[in-house]
Amino acid sequence: MTINQISLEHYLILASLLFCIGVAGLFMNRKNVITILMSIELMLLAVNINFVAFSVHMQDIAGQIFSIIILSIAAAEVSIGLAILVLYSRNRGSIEIEDINQMRG
Amino acid sequence: MVIFFYVFASLIILSSLMVITSRNPVHAVLWLIFAFCNGSGLMVLLGAEFLAMMLIIIYVGAVAVLFLFVVMMLDIKVSEFKGAVDFDMSFAFFIAVLLFIDLVVVILLMAKIDLPIGNTEFRLTQGLGNAYEIGRLLYTKFVLPFQTSGLILFVAMVAAISLTHRLRPGVKRQKVLEQMMRNKENSLSFAQTDGKKGLEGLDYDN
Repeated sequence: MTINQISLEHYLILASLLFCIGVAGLFMNRKNVITILMSIELMLLAVNINFVAFSVHMQDIAGQIFSIIILSIAAAEVSIGLAILVLYSRNRGSIEIEDINQMRG
Repeated sequence: MVIFFYVFASLIILSSLMVITSRNPVHAVLWLIFAFCNGSGLMVLLGAEFLAMMLIIIYVGAVAVLFLFVVMMLDIKVSEFKGAVDFDMSFAFFIAVLLFIDLVVVILLMAKIDLPIGNTEFRLTQGLGNAYEIGRLLYTKFVLPFQTSGLILFVAMVAAISLTHRLRPGVKRQKVLEQMMRNKENSLSFAQTDGKKGLEGLDYDN
């Protein structure tokens, strides 16, 4: 792993850094839910980069197909999340995390 | 080629840091779009052109526009910047650094192992192009996951519509069945006027 030649490890370390930034965004943001959804999108992008890097490294196309399926599931997830968010803000008038504690046991 | 990797990598890290730290959600969405464009550039460098275009189309074209739409519709107040680094922020930083060190150790340990190259069934043949390969396998070997993801998208569409759809009072809407069931008996009524007085209290809905 040298600095002049891009190998698999470069992509893996980049993806893990991106994933950690997403995790930090999840923990850090206590104000609104939209930023948390965006952190989840960042983590999914990191996973996609990982899949594609391994797919190209192992010369195996199945990783890219998995990546396409992850893309479509991410689109479904974000659409339902935003629909719940719209419904919640219409009912309660706020989407701050501190206010969303009605469902705790 | 090497310089492009470092350019895309540094830009994607910068933009994702801006996503989680910017106080204005609209700016965060725009940085997220920038991060996905850079991720697409990385995938082009890797040689997965079809997936790079899919990333642009799905994320920048659909998901980010959905985010922008919701952010602008909800009218979120821009939260003010808290000056000092508080407990949440230092805790998040600690967790992220710990996770990153862990992942890097695992990746560098893995680098010593030789990965078995290639599953012969899903081999990436040279010279045919990425989209051809993906299409060839997606509609044959992976048709069940492909159809399942389509079903999940359909369920998500139904869920999103049924969650956000509401019937507001005072909106005139077409009632097709009632209009088709009208005939002379239930729609025509005779009224007697006393001349110069007009009619009051007519119910036009029945």
